[in-house]
Amino acid sequence: MSGNDVAPTSAWTDAALAAAAFAIDSRCGVVIKACPGPVRDRWLALVRSLLPAAAPVRRVPLHATDGRLLGGLDLAATLQAGRPVVERGILAEADGGTVVLAMAERMTLLAAARLAAVLDNQEIVLERDGLTVRMPAHVGVIALDEGIGDEERPPGAVLDRTAFHVDLGGVALKDTEGRLHDSDEIASARVRLPRVQASFDSVKALCGTALALGITSIRVSVLVLHAARALAALAGRSHVAADDAISAARLVLAPRARVLPAGEPAREYESDDGPLSDERRPEDADIDVPTSAHDRDLDDIVLAAARATIPADLLAQLQLGSAVRPPAMSQGHAGVARFSARRGRPVGARSGELRTGARLDVIETLRAAAPWQPLRRASHDNQSLRKSEQSVIVRREDFRVMRFKQRTGTTTIFAVDASGSSALHRLAEVKGAVELLLAECYVRRDQVALLAFRGRGADLLLPATRSLVRAKRSLAGLPGGGGTPLAAGIDAAAALAEAVWRRGQTPVVIFMTDGRANVAADGSTNRSRAQGDALTSARRLRAAGITAMLIDTSMHTEPLAARVAAEMDAQYLALPHADAIGLSRAVFSIAALRPHGGVRQP
Amino acid sequence: MTEAIVDRAPDVAWFQFRLAPKIDAGFCKTAVEQGDVLRLNMTVVFPFSAIVGQDEMKLALLIAAVDPTVGGVLIFGDRGSGKSTAVRALAALLPKMKVVDGCRYGCDPADQIGACTECGAKAKDGLKSRLAPVPVVDLPLGATEDRVVGALDLERALSQGVKTFEPGLLARANRGFLYVDEVNLLEDHLVDLLLDVAASGENVVEREGLSVRHPARFVLVGTGNPEEGELRPQLLDRFGLSVEIRTPDDLKTRIEVVRRRDEFERKPSEFATTWEKEDARLRRHIVSARKRLASVNLLEASLERTARLCIALGTDGLRGELTLTRAARAMAALAGDREVDDSHLRRVAPLALRHRLRRNPLDDAGSTARVERAVAELFGTGTSP
Repeated sequence: MSGNDVAPTSAWTDAALAAAAFAIDSRCGVVIKACPGPVRDRWLALVRSLLPAAAPVRRVPLHATDGRLLGGLDLAATLQAGRPVVERGILAEADGGTVVLAMAERMTLLAAARLAAVLDNQEIVLERDGLTVRMPAHVGVIALDEGIGDEERPPGAVLDRTAFHVDLGGVALKDTEGRLHDSDEIASARVRLPRVQASFDSVKALCGTALALGITSIRVSVLVLHAARALAALAGRSHVAADDAISAARLVLAPRARVLPAGEPAREYESDDGPLSDERRPEDADIDVPTSAHDRDLDDIVLAAARATIPADLLAQLQLGSAVRPPAMSQGHAGVARFSARRGRPVGARSGELRTGARLDVIETLRAAAPWQPLRRASHDNQSLRKSEQSVIVRREDFRVMRFKQRTGTTTIFAVDASGSSALHRLAEVKGAVELLLAECYVRRDQVALLAFRGRGADLLLPATRSLVRAKRSLAGLPGGGGTPLAAGIDAAAALAEAVWRRGQTPVVIFMTDGRANVAADGSTNRSRAQGDALTSARRLRAAGITAMLIDTSMHTEPLAARVAAEMDAQYLALPHADAIGLSRAVFSIAALRPHGGVRQP
Repeated sequence: MTEAIVDRAPDVAWFQFRLAPKIDAGFCKTAVEQGDVLRLNMTVVFPFSAIVGQDEMKLALLIAAVDPTVGGVLIFGDRGSGKSTAVRALAALLPKMKVVDGCRYGCDPADQIGACTECGAKAKDGLKSRLAPVPVVDLPLGATEDRVVGALDLERALSQGVKTFEPGLLARANRGFLYVDEVNLLEDHLVDLLLDVAASGENVVEREGLSVRHPARFVLVGTGNPEEGELRPQLLDRFGLSVEIRTPDDLKTRIEVVRRRDEFERKPSEFATTWEKEDARLRRHIVSARKRLASVNLLEASLERTARLCIALGTDGLRGELTLTRAARAMAALAGDREVDDSHLRRVAPLALRHRLRRNPLDDAGSTARVERAVAELFGTGTSP
């Protein structure tokens, strides 16, 4: 590559390379993770300078409505022209160019699904407002990700359809000086692109690397091939060379790595308790494709290159946690925000009856009625109405009622270890903490449920409630003593959490236990089996995607409790000397993570 | 198999209809109508037979193609596993059907009971028929209700002041497939509406003093990603067959998928041509299976086994049994057999039953494993031929 006056593979040169590849082949989308600032601006300016001058670039605001995004009826123009006029949406306007998604980490699943459909089909299929229109929309995507931490990421549908995930976090403004490519180079690469060949070996090396890194989506394998082609075109080649495959793997695959490739020093992910043993994970270890010594070389080189550039923090996580956790339900935003006809924040309108509680959206109703006015006036029996230009004739079918998005309430489920090993005075503290929480929950309109496990199984002492009196009564009657059926406790909590979820609330489970399980799931008192069962149940809880926290109530921190917490992906808190107030404060810190059902979408 | 991604070729002829910033819908509509014709000829869809692997998904779609009364297919699974590609490919695969010429609902000339009112009235004079492709209609997210059920023709209302009914997507899907991508993200009121029409086979529209009812019998095909939200149990149950799909995890398959996808994206028409023969063979296979379907025997013993399996699994209602027997017959027809036997039941039981099990959060095994376990217990562990 030319004009190389910058260090070979700094974060910025990689970002610049991604920009160039995107400018050559806009099917390779980009997710730019960076706070708004001069570095990101400079990158965007770079992309813009490399894209053809005539190609439109449109910004998609976070709250773009369907009408704005996809298009719809242009009411004013329609009424003026006396015939339906289509208003093109942002995506149609950007045909042949690029859309920039603002604040993509806060994009809703619905918006992402609409965008994904348009990207997949390269056209907009509009079935709205009495219109049936198809509009071409060949768009490339640049998603601006301003998320902090792993939880805030753009929706999976967007991540999966973008090749480059660029992190500009560590780039200083002074690093961004100097240019790698100019627009003429890009333009000639764009011409060269359709003729760039990819050999079987390079396809195999890229697919193999993706698989070895635990990237399951085939779409990503296709994208990395596009990227390799674009890079080859940029380098003036007519075939994908090893260098192109290596760069593509580095840029596209490394940031998505989910496991460390086999044969590397850290192999913990093959151990029994790693998430890979979960049947949903692919068996990376079993790849066995006959390869000649020569291909083996390319495969290995590409894989090694990708591995070497796995971002440091991700690498640490992979080495430590064996594999990146599959996203839990809490990461998919689904279900947390629910639509409602009565309460919550207004999020658009739908046609509907004016039944009890429904609220009329006057503007939308008038919009719906507007195009039909001449027709209705002409057919109306009432002469005066017919003459009058002033009145608007609204019919039942025009009614648009508001839809609201309701934040869902949180139900905090306490699963309390009431066994003999959790000394009885601890139980008193737990009771105190629950009472304190209950008072708080009453204010926050949250609910509390209480489970206790001891002896052979778990009992639901208190179904989800806001009633202080009932809660206090059942708490007072909480008996103690007996074995620790931790597995049964976790299972019961998971079942209750599912029920809570189905009822439209968001569950948070707080376990209070010392983790010393000694009663197995089948009721037998076998310590090692009991512990194994507890870990299995914990894994199941994580698979169900339930937010949990484990408070270690033993006098000295108990490694087993920590292990159970890790398996259920729960926050672990050792409270050797907790009192009621300390406990409740700790619980609030996690409840605050998902305030009001964790509605992270606006 | 799998593969996914861009479903249509970029170099499609009708993309040349560059649209002005403000488009006249009248123009657009004719463009689209012509476009539809063009699309059949020019738009190249990834060929069904070129889909690598994903046998269960392909089987479910073929069963629905052979016997539409099986009641819809739900495909749930990983991102980028080729769900939409398969459904869209199905459209190109299906043999053409006879429709009444000029009928907006694509009525069957041979079926007078299920015909729309116009065709019913004209039936005694004899109906002109023509061959038409089986519709596979996309219900895009963001579609408004009026376009789904049909509404007054806005253009004629505005320009001529005439009230005419303009059929919606449900009318277009009559006798074909209605495809909802990301069905779990579809708005609740649209879902309710679809369920209602799918159950009754008829769409009733009352609007602006117009009262229209027309047949709307279609196979509902839904795809989705479970990470983005579950489907309501009521909706789950309405689907006849359900497929759980995963991206393949062996390298050879994945390479093949990527290569075919790549080849298709670069030279769509050539790629389609190479697979045309294979698609044609599959099409003939569907046709012969359809012919065979009526004569496939279902023995008392098989019926009993079906019932026992459903009882063992505790599926609610009779829908499971009904679907299972229908799917098994279609399976037998596809396999070229005259009689439903255990091998057919075994093959389709997970498809027909896995989404009807009561969810058991304490059972570690997935619903597929539970069905397979029950099948093994009932039919013995011997592998079927």
